[in-house]
Formats: sequence, structure tokens, C-alpha cells
Amino acid sequence: MSDTFERVKNIIVDKLGVDASKVTPESTFKDDLGADSLDVVELIMELEDEFDMEISDEDAEKISTVGDVVTYIEQHQ
Amino acid sequence: MQGLLAGKRIVVMGVANERSIAWGIAKAAHREGARLIFTYRKERSLQKLDQLLAASGIDPLLRVACDVADDASVARAFADIGEQVGTIHGLVHSLAFADHKELQGEFVQTSRAGYHLAQDVSAYSLVAVARAARPLFREGGSIVTQTYIGAERVVPNYNVMGVAKAALEACVRYLARDLGPDGIRVNAVSSGPVRTLSAKGVAGFNDVLAAVEQKAPLRRNIDQDEVGDATVFLLSHLSRGITGEVLHVDAGYHILGF
Repeated sequence: MSDTFERVKNIIVDKLGVDASKVTPESTFKDDLGADSLDVVELIMELEDEFDMEISDEDAEKISTVGDVVTYIEQHQ
Repeated sequence: MQGLLAGKRIVVMGVANERSIAWGIAKAAHREGARLIFTYRKERSLQKLDQLLAASGIDPLLRVACDVADDASVARAFADIGEQVGTIHGLVHSLAFADHKELQGEFVQTSRAGYHLAQDVSAYSLVAVARAARPLFREGGSIVTQTYIGAERVVPNYNVMGVAKAALEACVRYLARDLGPDGIRVNAVSSGPVRTLSAKGVAGFNDVLAAVEQKAPLRRNIDQDEVGDATVFLLSHLSRGITGEVLHVDAGYHILGF
């Protein structure tokens, strides 16, 4: 598992209050992690702060799994 | 406890998470010795609020549900506050809503329903809340709301919310005249862009932050804590001669012509 994944996982566990074991690259935010649309926006903002980057609205809308986020961050770092 | 707001009981509306302007105000008011009453809209925001309160060591006088789009809910909330807290001295109105779809592209495309929703939740709510809170201000007091330069000038994508904020600023003036004889002041803080959950709903928000940082006289953006401190001033005895005013807390951005 990449360092990026671990950092993303920590933020998800903290923000969504889910068990760390539930956060895998395949987990979907809405169905597997129980995030509503506001949770997703909050997560995006936390990730932007953590990785000092901007995730555009268009790109944010395409994100559905934890793996999507990790890939996006690694490609834009 | 000493502080600018020592002995004052203040209602704070609009805490959604730790980035909320309302939370910056709550922290500043707490620091200055105020006792706080929080309203929340849904269970979701109550959970967030409780986490924030626990983490910051703020012990609220009361937490009460209040949906500002529902007259019965507003009446119930302020009846509860009256029964359980009694007299209040301040009210912080820091909430607004518009459909995400209306906060992008051309303003001319604004739907009738989208226009009404933004006006109802973002502007009329101040009128409804001021009316419900009025009897609880037995010793006079101060109401402070939050606006944005999009009320005065065109900010692309802010659209229907800019028009709602213009209405809100007009409401501040009309309410200030009505409530002045009761010793209740009504003012607004027009803050620069702040990275809140709501702001992220406005298309191209990051570009606005970048423009302010480049052009504002102070060459930076402002944060929730600075809005909190200015709001404390408007809630406090220090601003006793000020009502119906819009105070810009925006690193000076509003003075620029270009």
C-alpha cells in the first residue's frame, strides 16, 4: 500500500468515523463508507489541505472510490 | 470571567463544521466570556457541533433544532430558548442556501424556484429570526448577519446568492430601524471569501481566493477567526453606537475599482 493511500485512509477514518479495516482502494464513498454528498465535499477539502493541491469541481464529480482519489492525487502531485 | 462579552447570552446559528464562519464567531465569543446557545438544522450538523464543542471545551447553554425555512420550527426554537435560557443579548445569523446548480454559469438562467429558495433561506430567514428573537432581547442587544461583496458588485458564479445577499443587506437596514427603539442593533459583516463548505458550492471559488490574495490591499485572504473578532465587536458594548451597518472584513478588497 502506498504512502498516499495511508494518508488518505487516515483522513477518511477521521472524517467519516468509519473503521480503518473498511477503507480499501475498492471502497466506494457513498455505498461502502456511507458518505453523503456533503461528506464528500468535506473530504475533498481535507484532501486539498493535506496534499496542498486543488481538485477541480469536474474532477471531484468523477471520484467514486478511495482508489480513484489516491490515483488522482498521485497523478497531480 | 472577564471579556468583551462577559455575562452575555448569545445565539449562534449556522455551524456546519469546523470551517464554518459561525464556528469562528462561536470561538471568539466564547473567548470573550459569552455563554452560547447553538441552533442546528439536522441531526448531521448536531453531530458535528457536538464533536466541535467537545474538542474545544465549550459548554453550551443549549442546543436547539431550527430550520429557518419553517416558521413553526423557528417559533419552537425561540420558545425553547426563552423557556430554558431566558433573556438573550446577541444573535449570530450565519447561514444561507442556494441550489448548487444556480451557482454557476449565467445569472440570467436563474430559475424561479432557485431564486425563491435562495431568498427564503438566506434573506427572509433573518427577518423571521429577528421577529422570533425580539421578545427575548429584554435588555436590548445585537443581531449580526454575514454577507459578501457579491451583494454589491457582480461576482461571476455567485449569481442568485449575490441577489439574496443584497436583499439581506436591505433587511439589515429595515430591521435596524424597527428594532432600534427596543435597543436592538442589527448589523452585517461582509467578509472576504472564506473556504467553507458553502463556498465550495460556488463554481470557480479557488479563483476568487487567488484574485483577492493578489489584489487586496493587505495582499492576503481573511479567515474565520478574523470574522469572529469583528463580529464580537458588533455584538459588544464597543459598537453600541452602530446599527444598520455593513462592516467589510475583507483585507480591503471592496475599496478597489480594478
